[in-house]
Parts: sequence; C-alpha cells; structure tokens
Amino acid sequence: MEFRVASDQAVLVYLGEEIGLASHQRVCKLLRLLQEEPLAWVRNLQPAYCSLLVSFDPSQVDHREVESTLRRYEQRAGKMALPEPRTVEIPVCYGGEFGPDLDELAATHKLSALRVIELHSSRTYHAYFLGFAPGFAYLGDLPPEIATPRLATPRKKVAAGSVGIAGTQTAVYPFATPGGWRLIGRTPLEMFRKDREPMGMIAMGDEVRFRAITREEFVAWPLR
Amino acid sequence: MSSLMVENPGLLTTVQDLGRPGFGPLGVSPSGAADSVALRLGNMLVGNEQGAAALEMTLVGGQYTFPEGAVIAFAGADFGTKLNGRPVEMWIAHAVLPGGTLELGLTNEGARCYLCVAGGIQVERFLGSASTHLLSGLGGFAGRALRKGDVLQIGAPMQKIRRRRISPTVLEMLRPRKSLRVTQGPQADWFLEETTRAFYEGAFRVSEDSDRLGLRLEGASVAPKSTREMISEGVSLGAVQVTPSGQPIILFVEQQTAGGYPKIANVIGADLHCIGQLRPRDEITFARVSLEEARALWIAQEQLLNSGEDLFA
Repeated sequence: MEFRVASDQAVLVYLGEEIGLASHQRVCKLLRLLQEEPLAWVRNLQPAYCSLLVSFDPSQVDHREVESTLRRYEQRAGKMALPEPRTVEIPVCYGGEFGPDLDELAATHKLSALRVIELHSSRTYHAYFLGFAPGFAYLGDLPPEIATPRLATPRKKVAAGSVGIAGTQTAVYPFATPGGWRLIGRTPLEMFRKDREPMGMIAMGDEVRFRAITREEFVAWPLR
Repeated sequence: MSSLMVENPGLLTTVQDLGRPGFGPLGVSPSGAADSVALRLGNMLVGNEQGAAALEMTLVGGQYTFPEGAVIAFAGADFGTKLNGRPVEMWIAHAVLPGGTLELGLTNEGARCYLCVAGGIQVERFLGSASTHLLSGLGGFAGRALRKGDVLQIGAPMQKIRRRRISPTVLEMLRPRKSLRVTQGPQADWFLEETTRAFYEGAFRVSEDSDRLGLRLEGASVAPKSTREMISEGVSLGAVQVTPSGQPIILFVEQQTAGGYPKIANVIGADLHCIGQLRPRDEITFARVSLEEARALWIAQEQLLNSGEDLFA
C-alpha cells in the first residue's frame, strides 16, 4: 500500500503497480469496506485498475489522519467478501458504419475483419472500473492479437453504444461524447439510464461478453 | 408556482448547484457551479440555502422574464446587468415585478455570472443534484443548456429577504485570481527540474478549446521526461495533467473521472472557483504552496463563507 498526495483534498492509494486481477481485487475490497463503513470526511471515491482516489473534506482531517485511517481500513479489507460477479452479454453489430476503424485495425494486425470480431467476442472480460463518463466501463484484457493504441487524434463525437479498443482494453461508450478509442462496432443497448436500477448496464467487477449480431437484429432490437 | 422564461439563453447557460460528489464508482463526476463561491454568495443574497440551483451564464448573458415576478441577485462576473432596461447592481437582491425582464450583455471581466432566484430553480434531481452534466446530457433542465422558450419553475422563497449587499472587503478577499496556487501533483517526479521550473516561472494562455471539462493551456511545453505509459487512475478536481506533447490541461468540474496523463500539479481547494472565471486568452501563472498552507487557506475561506452576518456590508 502506497500513498501519493493528489491535491490538498485528495489522496491516491496504490494497491499494486500493474493492471491485473490481484491488485484490482484489493481495490474492490477497500472500496467496499469504505462504502459499508463510510467515513464522515470522505467526499468521493474513484477506483481504477490498481488505485483508489479518496477525496476528503480538509476542514475535518489532514493527509496524515486520512492515511492512517485508510491503512487501518486496508488491513481489514482483505476479509471483505465481494459479490459474485454478474455476467453481462452485450450484443454488437461489428463493422460498417458502426465500426469505422474495424478494417484498418484488422489490416494493422494482418488479420481479417472476421477474425478480429471472432477474437473480440471470444473472451470474457473483467470490468475493472467505471470512469471517463457515467457508465463507461474499462474492460480487459483483450486478446493480445488485437490490442491497438488509441487514435492519434480523438474524434469530436462518438455515437452512443460505440464499442472501442484502446491498448489492451475495450469499452462501450454510453453517451455521444468525444473519444479516442478505435471503433469496431455498436450495441443497440442503452448502457446508462437514470430511470433504471442499476443505472449502468455494467458494474465494477462484472464479467462481460460480446456477441455479434446482424444489422437487422440491431435495427429490430427492443429498447428497454 | 412562479416561473422564469428564457427569451435568449446567451452563449451557454445551464442550471447548476454545488454538484453531486460521491458517485465516482459510477463514473459520474460531481459537476456543479464553475465558480461555487459566487453561487453560494448569490444564494445568500436572496435568502436561499448556499447550494440552491441557479443559472450559470457563460461569457454572454441573455434575456429572461419573470411572468409572476421574483427576487433575484447577480453574482460572479459582471456581464452588464439590466432590469427592465435599466442598469442594476451585482451582489445585491432586486425585486422583479410580474412581467419584468432581466437582460445581460457581454462579460467585462471573468467568465461566469450567476442568476440566483429566491426559492431556487426547481428541476428534477439526478443523483441528488440539480446540476447539468452536459457531456452525458444528465441533470439540470432536460440535461442540456437552456434554449429560447424554455420555462423553468421557481421554488417558494425560504424567508423574508433583507436587502443588503456583500461587503466590498469580502468580495476583495474572494476575488478570482489569475495566479493559481497549486500543490505538487502525484506525478511531479515525472518531470525534469528545468521543466518544473518552466511550469512555475512561465505564463500560460487559456486556449479557446476550454470548457467545463477542462482548460487547455498554451505556453512553454512541459512534457514529462519519459513517454512511458501510465496506468489510468482517478483524477482530482483542479488536477493539471500534461499530454505527451507537453500541453497542460486543468481538469474542471465536468472532468472525466479517471485518466492516464501524468499530473504535475493540482490547484488548491481555495482557488478552484478562480478557474471558473478564466476566459479564453486569459494569461495565468502557477504558484506552489505547501499542503499546510493550502489547508489553512481552505479553512479560512470556508469560515469566511459561513460567517453569516459578517459577509454583508
């Protein structure tokens, strides 16, 4: 466990140095304990792959006290039980107008577009955390054959439901936002709805699979 | 219930309160007023809770009518405020008679002006807050910036309003700064000593490409010493992250909640509201302070804002 000052009102807690399930589990457990036994001075918690950003009210505590309290929490967090991961299936219509980067991505890896689709939908991904925008889940890890860096210049607007690839990660854009991930397809699902419980289609810790659907299935997909 | 009608929404006017902290695990950033100090003072002038929802106008004000009348106050940057065609002062409450119109022009200085209304602007809350999150189209009025013809509901005023102004001394103490005080960022050691010096000694210009998500800065390149990939992590409000090309970006209220660029510094809590008053092409500098100083400044500012009667002239 390592601490770094993020700001005068926030500290970063590192529970590992790599993207992997072991350090991620420690993040999930510490987050869960902090949610079950909330501290009055915590303002916000932002989990990531192997870190947790803890924002606090500096009128109530200073960094020293925050760190010593979080150390005590972390010592107990190991015993926390995590909920069984849910399995979420995301239907995706790959390529064409929905996946404008699919062909180029396939060519870069000397693969056919079909093979990229096969590889992308062959794995069960782990939802590491939600960030960037409401309901945007960082999913990993991609089969190494299709891992591809972000676009050099992000798009000004990416359609909601777009499925993208960045490095060894994949994700679905819940909203039409700017974005630099390489787009290979689109889901007809609404990834985040404020009138649904839970609001996000994917929660931290879920297991996520992608299933290829046709354009006809995409168009006819019942909205819910 | 009384209402507010948008005759002209200016450049970018949204409903904002103090935001929705606490939903990081859902990927939701707090959002909220860009200049929270102005919002809080404006609300106090009209007898509201400090965090009541108000209109946040950006660079250009617009025109608003009150069919049933209202008590209002302007706080933040001076956009040249008029009531029924006659200039009215900032930082004091005004009664608007039924059918009265408020009109604002271009900013004279600063980026945001708040129109606070006794009773607050009433919209459906999303995760406990009335703030508009433009990126995701959630919260506020229909999740978007206001348009001509929109009609917003106003709540019942909390109390009888004593008409008084915020003391000039208080306003001077809280005046938005262009020299932002920062503490060291979590990746400060990713930068060479001379780069760090350039960051603190140089001046930066706020780029046109700046909004509630972040402010891009133009000036000396402050590129990190290596181009190694950083593992994405949570980012705090006011973080100054640096792109591989060396451009600093201040992450602001509607920021993405996590990111993979190294952070050289972080604006202190007591100066966050100053970011909300920066305009494109403004020139800014960074001054480093210790954590202890930052904390003392924050506590002093909160005490001042919560000092009740002492705030008024």
